[in-house]
Amino acid sequence: MRWLVPLSVLPVVALLAYGFRTNPRDIPSPLVGRPAAPFALTAFDGKPVSLAALRGKVVVLNFWASWCNPACYDEAPVLQRTWQTYADRGVVVVGVDMQDTAEAAQTFIRRFGLTFANAPDPQGKVAVEYGVYGVPETFFVARDGTIRSKHVGALTDAVIRAKLEPLL
Amino acid sequence: MTPEIGAGALIVALGLAIYGCAAAAVGGRTGRVALVESAQHAALGVFTLVTACLLLLAWSFLSFDFSVRYVANNTNLGTPFYYRLTAVWGALEGSIVLWAWMISVYTLIVVLRHRRNARELYPWVLSVMLGVLAFFLLVMTLPAPVFQRLAPVPADGRGLNPLLEDSGMITHPIALYLGFTGFTVPFAFAIAALVTGRVGDAWITTTRGWTITAWYFLSLGLLIGGWWSYHVLGWGGYWAWDPVENAAFMPWLTGTAFLHSVMIQERRRMLRLWNLALVIMTFALTLFGTFLTRSGVIASVHAFTQGSIGVFFLSFLAAVLLLALGLLAWRWDALGAQGELDSVVSRESAFLLNNVLLVAAAFTVFFGTVFPLLSEAVRGVKVSVGAPFFNQVNVPLFLGLIFLMGVGPLIAWRRASLDNLKRNFLWPVALGIAAAAVFRLVGIRSSLAVLALALAVFVTATIAVDLVRATRARLRTGERLPGALGGLLLRHNRRYGGFAVHLGILVVAVGVTGSQAWSVQTERTLRRGESTELGGYHVRFDGLAASEESNHFKVTGTFTVTKGNATAAVLQPAKKFYPQEQSPIAYVDYRLGLTEDVYLVLGDFARDGSQATVRLQVNRLVSWIWIGGAILTLGTALALVPERRKAPVPVLVPV
Repeated sequence: MRWLVPLSVLPVVALLAYGFRTNPRDIPSPLVGRPAAPFALTAFDGKPVSLAALRGKVVVLNFWASWCNPACYDEAPVLQRTWQTYADRGVVVVGVDMQDTAEAAQTFIRRFGLTFANAPDPQGKVAVEYGVYGVPETFFVARDGTIRSKHVGALTDAVIRAKLEPLL
Repeated sequence: MTPEIGAGALIVALGLAIYGCAAAAVGGRTGRVALVESAQHAALGVFTLVTACLLLLAWSFLSFDFSVRYVANNTNLGTPFYYRLTAVWGALEGSIVLWAWMISVYTLIVVLRHRRNARELYPWVLSVMLGVLAFFLLVMTLPAPVFQRLAPVPADGRGLNPLLEDSGMITHPIALYLGFTGFTVPFAFAIAALVTGRVGDAWITTTRGWTITAWYFLSLGLLIGGWWSYHVLGWGGYWAWDPVENAAFMPWLTGTAFLHSVMIQERRRMLRLWNLALVIMTFALTLFGTFLTRSGVIASVHAFTQGSIGVFFLSFLAAVLLLALGLLAWRWDALGAQGELDSVVSRESAFLLNNVLLVAAAFTVFFGTVFPLLSEAVRGVKVSVGAPFFNQVNVPLFLGLIFLMGVGPLIAWRRASLDNLKRNFLWPVALGIAAAAVFRLVGIRSSLAVLALALAVFVTATIAVDLVRATRARLRTGERLPGALGGLLLRHNRRYGGFAVHLGILVVAVGVTGSQAWSVQTERTLRRGESTELGGYHVRFDGLAASEESNHFKVTGTFTVTKGNATAAVLQPAKKFYPQEQSPIAYVDYRLGLTEDVYLVLGDFARDGSQATVRLQVNRLVSWIWIGGAILTLGTALALVPERRKAPVPVLVPV
């Protein structure tokens, strides 16, 4: 019985050793090239948000959370700028708020003056459908409804330009 | 030639450390004093050689010796001399040198202090210290050779990571490493106790000062790390539950638990097994921290490079744990308790609960840190564990700990009577409740903040009750107030040092509560001359200026901050463009205050200076975190004042 104490070390060491075989920054995205999973949510302002209604538009689908500091705070103004500059070229920005409280999320939206559609994902269903592993993550959906690329981490204007221009 | 001398010295030091480790162990086993003395000489030799290596490395940096790969990677001709010195430990290889040097210093102090007063334990302590040292020297020789040559020799180096060009980087690693390495000494004593079977209380008494010192430096390292994060990283916070912050926090939690549980062993002969296990865990967690930062297993902002070094650290960690816990299992029968718990309402149980909470906190932090790995191994799914998890689980634990901080020191040993409880806690509890009501009335909405602040008032009141009562007792004997107070503090320095440390922690807790509950921030794009308002401050953008610094290009914004009609400050946040970095580094500017800090980060800007985006934060009570650190320092110093024993009765009988 007492020898279980030292032996309990082994599984922990095995787990850490397993870590050598993985790269924490390498996130596979098998969804690229596949049709984007449909979803229908209700935005914070009460309006419905569904992917089906956006067919024919280029969709920037951003997963975020108010507790995701600093990355989500860094990219919020970028997203708002994207929405303002690209709206008339057929681009729609949709924010999906994960694992958050409505109050904190709305404070976040007000703080950055976000005017694009932002919806909570109460059961985390959409996040699971898209295989989101953490926030922020952004999917770029083409006019035909397929996911063209994915970006992990905070967006910058340069990233937006590089990912978005080919889809216009 | 310098690098070859350095590399050679390291190999000799490695040989000496291995020899000393073995010699001390054999000497301890056979009782041959000559072997132990020989191991002492080896320890002195190792110290001298590692010191020489550190100096040679510093010299390589000062003289821009770019033929050394490590120097070329971490400095360039524009690096000012003080940052060339801190660059010595600015990256992986050099940080190991500093680490090893500190253990060698500690080993030397152990030799000087304990070779006479802990004779049975001493050879094994020396053996363990030299064994740990040998491991780090092995790392410096094989996977992380600091003196490796670079050919062809570049004309200029790559330069230090700009984020490390900060005064915090002089003190933060030093304090943190002094804390990490400091726990090697109590660990060595614990192992010596287990090997020799002298698992009584001697090792605890001997290591008390060491544990407090290591704990203090670890605390200081954490606080300075928070300060660095706050004023350099520019996200306005001081703690992010990053895996590497967690790595330093876990040994702090178990170390804190150990500091408290030893008092029960000293007093009641209980918890022997538990104390040994805590010391082993604390030391193992310091190794785990180094493993985490240097193996690249878990993604983190602090991660050093990857490479074979992770395998070395993991193997050593496994060996240490198996050996130490194996010894523990071997001595299992001798570790039973002699005293037992008399009542649930007693100081023992308050301390026990404190230990349970601290270890629970350490476990949840550990779990949250390795969970991404676990999830990937078991389910093949990548997940990330964010601050909400850590906050949700730990905040209640920490509130409980603060409450116990008030209860533990005053409640009676063994069994607290109703009278004892009333005498000690009536006023503090009443004050705490009254404070909670007042906080509500003045409009604090967050229940968590009200609870945290009321608990702080309660604990402060318990300390005040104790101090007032003890001072009064001395006044009754005819002493004057300053003399009575001073005598009290010095006479019972352990107790009042502990109280002062508690006060420091409370002040830190108030700072954390305030900054979490009341800080506000906004981000605005301003045209020149335009202003914005936040928390009563008006911030006006006055223009941009560009300048060429010794090793980077800098764009500085000027902002005038006014409150009411008076100018509060002119702040100049900047963006620094380093040739070796792809993205610019933000340079934060701020005005610190007792109740609130104004904190500005420059974002994007128009090249002609006509407009700029700025993040403005008004952070509340953050300064109290640093003030708490200062109080903690004073308290530790008081606790470490050598005890003035009653004059020993001279032994006249010839031995």
